[in-house]
Amino acid sequence: MQIERSATQFDTDELVINMGPQHPSTHGVLRLVLRLDGERVVDADVVIGYLHRGIEKLSENRDWTQIVLLTDRMDYVAAATNNLGYCETVEKLLQLEVPRRARYIRTILSELQRLASHLVWLGTHAMDIGAVTVFLYCLRERELILDLFEEYCGARLTYNSMRVGGLPIDLPPGWDRKVREICDIVDAKVVEYEQLLTQNRIWLERTREVGVISGVEAVAMGFCGPPLRASGVARDVRKDEPYAAYAEFAFDIPIGARGDTYDRYLVRLEEIRQSTRIVRQALDGLPEGPVLGKVPRLIKPPAGETYHAIEAPKGELGFFIVSDGKSISPYRFRVRPPSFCNLQVLPRLVRGHLVADVVALIGTIDIVLGEVDR
Amino acid sequence: MIDTVIVTLVQIAVLLVGLLAAVAYLVLLERKVQAWVQVRLGPMRVGYHGILQPVADILKLVIKEDITPARADKWIYTLSPIIVLVPALIVFAVIPFGTSVTLLGVTIPLYISDLNVGLLYITAVASLGVYGLILGGWSSNSKYPLLASLRASAQLISYEVAVTMTLVSMILMAGTLSMVGIVEAQRAFQLPFSGRTGLWFIFAQPVAFFIYFVGGLAETNRAPFDLPEAEQELVGGFHTEYSGMRFALFFLAEYANMIVISAVATTLFLGGWLRPFPNVAWLGFLDWVPGWAWFIVKTFAFLWVFLWVRATLPRYRYDQLMRLGWKFLIPLAIANVMVTAALVVLL
Repeated sequence: MQIERSATQFDTDELVINMGPQHPSTHGVLRLVLRLDGERVVDADVVIGYLHRGIEKLSENRDWTQIVLLTDRMDYVAAATNNLGYCETVEKLLQLEVPRRARYIRTILSELQRLASHLVWLGTHAMDIGAVTVFLYCLRERELILDLFEEYCGARLTYNSMRVGGLPIDLPPGWDRKVREICDIVDAKVVEYEQLLTQNRIWLERTREVGVISGVEAVAMGFCGPPLRASGVARDVRKDEPYAAYAEFAFDIPIGARGDTYDRYLVRLEEIRQSTRIVRQALDGLPEGPVLGKVPRLIKPPAGETYHAIEAPKGELGFFIVSDGKSISPYRFRVRPPSFCNLQVLPRLVRGHLVADVVALIGTIDIVLGEVDR
Repeated sequence: MIDTVIVTLVQIAVLLVGLLAAVAYLVLLERKVQAWVQVRLGPMRVGYHGILQPVADILKLVIKEDITPARADKWIYTLSPIIVLVPALIVFAVIPFGTSVTLLGVTIPLYISDLNVGLLYITAVASLGVYGLILGGWSSNSKYPLLASLRASAQLISYEVAVTMTLVSMILMAGTLSMVGIVEAQRAFQLPFSGRTGLWFIFAQPVAFFIYFVGGLAETNRAPFDLPEAEQELVGGFHTEYSGMRFALFFLAEYANMIVISAVATTLFLGGWLRPFPNVAWLGFLDWVPGWAWFIVKTFAFLWVFLWVRATLPRYRYDQLMRLGWKFLIPLAIANVMVTAALVVLL
């Protein structure tokens, strides 16, 4: 229904409001400049850079081992997958063989990390839409996973849990049993979250048909990870270009049909189930052996460049590294962060929606500003 | 003459003190209930299990700096929290907590006034509060509060229509506008085609109760209709710029309004001070509990559901809220009035 407006009769200025960088639901220090027509969003400008720490440039002045701990600080909700992406890229440069046990444990760690990251996402996303309780439930389960990481590497957030060529340490005794228990708990609790949300009428109204994006458009705009799969594109680096030990496990890639916020929610919930499935398979087939390959004392890859991508919880995390073969640091270090690439779709998603949908849409693409700004 | 004035003044004093204490502890109750739902403990530090938390909260708010934004309209800015709070308090003048008690030979009614248009008074006074929200949001001279106060006015007015419609059907049932009269009507009410008397109106009017409950959530800006203060979207809502004691007044008013909605629900639907099944003789032992205690228990049970809902449900979006109000609740309420009227005439 179109209402004809007469500018002479009514003052119809657009309202420009500034959302963030200190706003409760912009997930960190994201700033949005919204142009509103009433409550409808005409356009949105995304302003980033408030958390820029120059990690890429910093890495060009550190040696290859030290960079692992800088990668922790990018996506701090999923540090283990960052470690993995970096280490594998350097291994590719070095053409280094990683022991099978290390690859298995890396898979377990990155799937546990995916669980933790998706739980944080679900909690914050639900809280943005007003379901506060889900947040606390999700963080309760995430805590268990953090405990596992703490037992493995001593840290709960910035793990520094991998090394070029393998892992710093083997698994502590009894760890695998605890992982199994926690996988069971998470599987049971996902059912609880679903009871609170999946069939909830308000949740359906808030997420269905909100931020719809077709598969073609999603690919064109560089969407990756769960949001891309929710638009019906079955692109998952774990299946398409298997790394670590993913080629050896059976798991499904959930894809959505409509590409709206609800589909993105369902896809991530299904990914949680698939992750526990992968972890169980990896624990069942965990081979014996060393966890660190034959790595030279001083890592100095031959001159050359490489790009390697993994499937981080938030999407395709790629590292492009150039080595000049002479110095002990990378000549050029560049990250393709999934949050950054997904964030550029946000203005397209929010256009035409209401202010309340903006927070739902920021939540649905699952960004971590540490990774966007680096 | 002077006696009745003194009695009334004492009544008002007791009611105000009791009400403010109830509000303070309702805040604590909310935090506790929400914490229990969310597998937390809630306030535990101030006093035994946080029992003194309200004192600490109030103290904190009192000693906070009271800031007025530089370009705010100072008069309206100061006035609007008062406009919000006062109606929420004076509504209680007509709420009957019980019949009467005899103290020191004086019979004191447990209500301040039994207006013959009590229900009308409540709807009239309660709807004044919305002015405070609009003025508060507007006079802050800030965009988020302005948006929020626009939301608030639209929401409160649309849901008030539905709620008032349910009140109309209750008036048809009771045949009076007096709050005391409505409770007495429930004692006398006989369900058609059965010998049962003394049924609360909730059993006769479940649809009206449902509409009233949903509308009540919306009118008090409670989840899932807490759009005017949706912190995830509009930071703090219409009171974003308020601080200190003026913020506290808004806060008090919100919880006082919740108590109003619950107290009116108790009076209209849950039989006021009547015990369950007031005319069933073998339940006579329940009369040991005084009427005002029944009233308070019922009111808090209703409040409990408010808190429960908040901890469970996500929030509606603005347009969905309007659609629910205008396209579902109001037609349903009007239909309910028609059916009630027809049945009252026919039976």
